[in-house]
Amino acid sequence: MKQVYLDHAATTPLDKRVLDAMKPYFSEKFGNASSLHSFGTDAMEAIEKARESIAKVINAKSEEIVFTSGGTESDNLALQEIGYSNRGKGNHIITTKIEHHAVENTCKFLEKDGFEVTWLDVDKEGFVDLNELEKSITGKTILVSVMHANNEIGTIEPVAEIGKICKSKGVYFHTDTVQSLGKEKIDVEAMNIDLLSASAHKFYGPKGIGFLYVRKGTKINPLMQGGIHEKGLRPGTENVPGIVGMEKALNLAEKEMEKENIKERKLAKKIVEGVLKIENSWINGPPVGKKRLSNNINLGFDFVEGESMVLMLSDKGIAASTGSACSTKSLKPSHVLRAIGLQLVKCHGSLRVSLGKGTSAKDINYFLQELKPIVKRLREISPLGGK
Amino acid sequence: MYSKKVLETFRFPKNIGEIKNPDGLGKVGNPTCGDVMWVYIKVNKNKKGQEIIKDIKVKTFGCVAAISTSSVLTTMAKGMTLEDALKIDKQKIAKELGGLPPSKMHCSVLSMEGLRKAIEDYKNKKASAD
Repeated sequence: MKQVYLDHAATTPLDKRVLDAMKPYFSEKFGNASSLHSFGTDAMEAIEKARESIAKVINAKSEEIVFTSGGTESDNLALQEIGYSNRGKGNHIITTKIEHHAVENTCKFLEKDGFEVTWLDVDKEGFVDLNELEKSITGKTILVSVMHANNEIGTIEPVAEIGKICKSKGVYFHTDTVQSLGKEKIDVEAMNIDLLSASAHKFYGPKGIGFLYVRKGTKINPLMQGGIHEKGLRPGTENVPGIVGMEKALNLAEKEMEKENIKERKLAKKIVEGVLKIENSWINGPPVGKKRLSNNINLGFDFVEGESMVLMLSDKGIAASTGSACSTKSLKPSHVLRAIGLQLVKCHGSLRVSLGKGTSAKDINYFLQELKPIVKRLREISPLGGK
Repeated sequence: MYSKKVLETFRFPKNIGEIKNPDGLGKVGNPTCGDVMWVYIKVNKNKKGQEIIKDIKVKTFGCVAAISTSSVLTTMAKGMTLEDALKIDKQKIAKELGGLPPSKMHCSVLSMEGLRKAIEDYKNKKASAD
């Protein structure tokens, strides 16, 4: 059966060139970077080369990059440790209602521990209100955390403006760029970013590796106790193949960014045009364009439930995802869709399609061709709507 | 996450649709929760004079488990006496499907309630007609 993978926001396939770059570091160059012998120094050199190269991509200094196990760890390190290390100054953190669970639940954890968290609203396309954000900053505020691009609806937040506000108010600014790094240009200097989370498997790198950028001079302590790795901020033997792979993947993504974005936006438009021909359907998030991740489309259909749609698509070889409550263990609908003001009943009918390097116009035609009868069939089964 | 039987039933659900002028109709669920089921029944008497479910159809808005439990409910209940049909519970429905994930057990509850409500509707109509 034809296989069409339209879930790149969940994860991406490892680029073959990345795999080739990683291969020697599994068995030949297997050394522990902390060792003094040549096996160790070879590993250390590879790590430092990668660190420098990754830093360059976001206009940071090499020593400001801390390797972690991925986005979730980076977010936890940033939020918990900025929180606990700066409690002397204040206990107030500002974030949004549409963050990834890694930020959302870390903030909730901190809330339980006595921190005060302001959850900023977003508008119907998912954008934060800069005035609201600025007004929320008090003398007790230590950190503002706003994601760069939303994983469900693709909204690209105005991080440069947020960075400017935070800088002028003297509070740390953290941004989760897990969905955007490799797809959008990021410059930590120009954007006044103090901390930035990233994960390699979202840009055709390996899973289990990511990094946290921490601006030099930032007051922060390690989340875990252990050896003195990563300037004492992240103990544990370094994942050398992962780090090498992430560097390769990021540089490839940067090089291919422009071309990919143009292609993906074209395909995204094609999907939107095709889907809106289906009655009682809509698009969640901003219109396709510069303010939306090039590869993200979030669709909505009345009278059908997302999990059923996803499984029926899967039977046709198409991989997509949904924000429906029924697809989660918690049975709660997407907090992002709720935050943009979508009615509960409409949240269940959402379908996220995320494109990637391998996606072709043919794939999109196939998707559209298969989607229509699936929506029709589920509406026939449904007692709602009265088609 | 789902058993083979759940997926199979979801792919080829039985008795989906509506019955015109049903003897009983049970509407359960809530669209904001993500599951809605409408259970339609036709009631007849068997040779022993017992009331049985002659025909049953269901319309469902919901997830894979909701659609599967709807289908399996109808295949279980069809031909049963009303008395026996009222004994169909969430465990029996889940068992028929080779088990349900814990977070989806409420779907079998919904199916059970849908049928019970349809039977109740039938009995109420009958009582008011008498």
